[in-house]
Amino acid sequence: MKDSADLLFEIGCEEIPAGVLPGAIKELKVILEKYLASNNLTNGSEVEVYGAPRRLTAMCANVRLKQPDEVKEVTGPPKSVSYDATGKPTRAAESFAQKMNVPLDNLCLVATPKGEYLSAKQTIRGRSAKEILEDCLPRAAAEIPWARSMYWTGIKGLHFIRPIRWVVAMLGGKTLQVTLGDAVAGNATSGHRFLGKARVPVTGATDYIQKLKANYVLVRPEDRKNKIEGELKRLAGGKGLKIHEDSHLMNLVTYLNEYPTAIMGGFDPSFLELPNEILVTVMKDHQKYFALERKNGTLAPNFLAVINLDKDKEGLIRAGHERVLQARFADARFFWETDQKCRLADYLPKLSAVTYQEKLGSYADKVQRMRELARWLSEHWFASGITSASVGAADRAAELSKCDLVTEMVREFTELQGIVGGLYAKSQEEPEQIALAVYDQYKPAALEDSIPRNIVGQAVALADKFDSLVGCFAVGLIPSGSSDPFALRRAAIGIVKILVDAKLPVSLSMVISKAARALSTGPRKIPVSHAVEKQVLEFLLDRARFVLKERENLAYDEINAAFSAGADDLVEAIQRMEAIKAIRKTKNFEPLAVSFKRIRKILEKAGPEAGWKLPAVQPELFTEDAERELHIRAASVIKAVETHKRSAKFKDALQEIAALRPEVDRFFEKVMVMADDEQVRKNRLTLLSGLLLEFSTIADFSELVTADTAR
Amino acid sequence: MNPKVKTKAPKDATFQNLILQLQKYWSDRGCVLQQPYDIEVGAGTMHPETFLRVLGPEPYRVAYVQPSRRPADGRYGENPNRLFKHHQFQVILKPSPSDIQNLYLNSLTAIGLDLAAHDVRFEEDNWESPTLGAWGVGWQVLLDGLEITQFTYFQQSGGIDLDPVPAELTYGLDRICAYLQGVDSVYDVRWSDQYTYAQVKLLEEQQFSAYNFEYADPIITRNLFELHEKEATQLLNVYERQSDAPNPRFPILAAYDHCLKCSHLFNLLDSRGVISTTERAQLIGRIRQISCRVAVDYLAQQAASRSVAAIEEVTL
Repeated sequence: MKDSADLLFEIGCEEIPAGVLPGAIKELKVILEKYLASNNLTNGSEVEVYGAPRRLTAMCANVRLKQPDEVKEVTGPPKSVSYDATGKPTRAAESFAQKMNVPLDNLCLVATPKGEYLSAKQTIRGRSAKEILEDCLPRAAAEIPWARSMYWTGIKGLHFIRPIRWVVAMLGGKTLQVTLGDAVAGNATSGHRFLGKARVPVTGATDYIQKLKANYVLVRPEDRKNKIEGELKRLAGGKGLKIHEDSHLMNLVTYLNEYPTAIMGGFDPSFLELPNEILVTVMKDHQKYFALERKNGTLAPNFLAVINLDKDKEGLIRAGHERVLQARFADARFFWETDQKCRLADYLPKLSAVTYQEKLGSYADKVQRMRELARWLSEHWFASGITSASVGAADRAAELSKCDLVTEMVREFTELQGIVGGLYAKSQEEPEQIALAVYDQYKPAALEDSIPRNIVGQAVALADKFDSLVGCFAVGLIPSGSSDPFALRRAAIGIVKILVDAKLPVSLSMVISKAARALSTGPRKIPVSHAVEKQVLEFLLDRARFVLKERENLAYDEINAAFSAGADDLVEAIQRMEAIKAIRKTKNFEPLAVSFKRIRKILEKAGPEAGWKLPAVQPELFTEDAERELHIRAASVIKAVETHKRSAKFKDALQEIAALRPEVDRFFEKVMVMADDEQVRKNRLTLLSGLLLEFSTIADFSELVTADTAR
Repeated sequence: MNPKVKTKAPKDATFQNLILQLQKYWSDRGCVLQQPYDIEVGAGTMHPETFLRVLGPEPYRVAYVQPSRRPADGRYGENPNRLFKHHQFQVILKPSPSDIQNLYLNSLTAIGLDLAAHDVRFEEDNWESPTLGAWGVGWQVLLDGLEITQFTYFQQSGGIDLDPVPAELTYGLDRICAYLQGVDSVYDVRWSDQYTYAQVKLLEEQQFSAYNFEYADPIITRNLFELHEKEATQLLNVYERQSDAPNPRFPILAAYDHCLKCSHLFNLLDSRGVISTTERAQLIGRIRQISCRVAVDYLAQQAASRSVAAIEEVTL
């Protein structure tokens, strides 16, 4: 008799939303593997999982039909009470054997640290896989996590994403007794809703995929994806067109259909006069069509739709989709034309009626604050020698930035906010850099996204994000856990990315306090405390740590060393970090870093500065050459470091400091800091504290992980 | 290119025949054929035959047409797809039968659609009505990319968990009919053999668009809102004060009518553009408060009537 068999488990469900289906398939695998492993039913063989809109499927080869028996040794009474003097078993031994349900002869003696004891081997019979699975499969189904589930067999019934309508649960070709909700497991799956048979009996895992395929269900997502990709390519190629690639859409149509088939449709070329962004959004986001491009990169008046059938037998489907798209485009054209009956700036007054946040006021209030901040940033950059920064352009772009929120187009296509404003600005002949700035204002949408293309857009995007961040923190809307309704984490990452990628110099704490000023003097007079400003800075630095580590290939301690030294201009901070990275491997550096830590510890031990700090180092109090030399060398190094720092030559500065190592080493070799003479001691402490202070302005060496701290 | 849809719909696929076919289909499946509610509503869900009937344990099946007013959607009769007042065909099956999806799909066959020749799909669309304290999960049903039905498993109504779970089907009659007849504008739909949709409805669309966007007096509308709110609240207060034996004749239904009035007047204020975002949320909250109280009181009243009936049965 075979001792293992294939398991097939299919949860037949009404249409599962495409967005959550891939995640659910993965969860099912994890959950089932957990149950199979914890019940010792597999030799680690993997559970294969598949899914289509109306089903979640799991299969596992070689599931043990029965758990292996387990032999357990149970210790009984000690030998002394188990046998009498003649070696005959006593009552105690007899009752132990009885309790263990073994013949007296099967008892044996085991040696333990406490002496010899009677022991019985007990065999625990493994449960059958059938019994275990009938218990575990319903639990596994109920454990699949959903963001929003429902019940359908009454409020106390099973909660699932949609009603379960059939279940296949088979082990080695035999049906398991499983009920999910009100669906009793059998041996029949169900084919495609319109093309297949409603009842498709299977013999188990071996013929399941094939039988479904014959009934127009491709249960393996990759089979569906391959079919779609092949057909899209063929249809587009046939017309000499290129597909507007979109992996998100590809994934969506893969999980929206059980038997996907691509069809091509067309639309009136006169719609091509609308901007590509709008046409593509309508096709992609609203209708889930792939847009097509001609060889020269312009949009073609065609689209590809993926339908859930084998063919469009009478052309009705194509005609239907074309009609829907036509109506959508007609709407978009209507919005495009009505919105532009007045100029973008004419929408400004309407912004006072649109609330950004109850306490932070309307978008009109926000725009006013953004303008102030964008102007200040541009002025600051211009003064730093970035001549492309323009106060006037940044002010105008910030002023226009939110106008599109009250246009019909954005009301209908909210995902096009910013882009629509940019397009309107362009078609109304605002200067190009202003139109682009409005267009790009929400960038970067994620760490992988690009930043605004010009410095005007960068100023507006930063102004927007800093205002949101400082404003929300000021009124207590601080992100916690998964709750971040104003997307402040994304805003913070956006700030870091813009500053770093565009190499824009500015102190974060200074922008924060400018944003705070705009809030407290603005129309809403929102007070921002210093504590809040500090909180925002910490929040930003946290994101910066993450971004810099991910993208700049910097180590945590290098990042922290620069931040702890007070670097809050990210461009400069990165230069410092790179300098640290470059120099930390040189021979003098690490021992010096160790010495700095030692200095820090000595000073901490010496107690509050007031107790020992002299107004200045007094050379006449030196008793050793080593301290005299250190003092003299340090003075010249400090000067050199200052010069290098001023011209941002951080590596040179750090090299200077590192070159001080022999003097520092000799100092610690020859000099006892905590001398008996109070004045001498104070003088030495003052020397060391001066060194630490002067040399920690670029990087805080005590943050660096050195060989000794790593140990 | 002007795509014309060919369908196999019978020649008599007029608007009124579409309604008749759906009524016949659902009446044959045990539905009470109700009539549209005689108070302005934004959706068939607000009809007491849905809002109140889904509460409590009694099974029920009902179907009706509900002309639904959405003041902000009016386009003076100039947009081929958007209407101030569109027509919903509403079906409630409580509890939802396990073959509900097939029942629904067969109704599409009954109105002349060949399901093998069209792309019909169920795409996630969860429904929520903040004014009714109601939500459910389900789909929008797409026919070749056109949304034709909202399909919802109700989970809560009036803030109350529903048990058993009803299924709600809401057909968008106007667009389904335009699709069946292969016309691009709803106004070209043949309403009957003799009349078009435009002939029957255009004037109403034009006049009410003008009223909703231009003429409705914001102050009067606001006052009306408050009057209806007051009347509803007063009624509910009286009912809730008589604690022990709920009076089965107490007009909870009238309180609900006033709640519906509030909801419509709110939509009107919204289309007049006189509600700020914060006020919007407040007004919605006020309506929800009434609708949730109606639901709770209605349930208590029903439960009391049931126990009275049970006692009478025993005594007989």
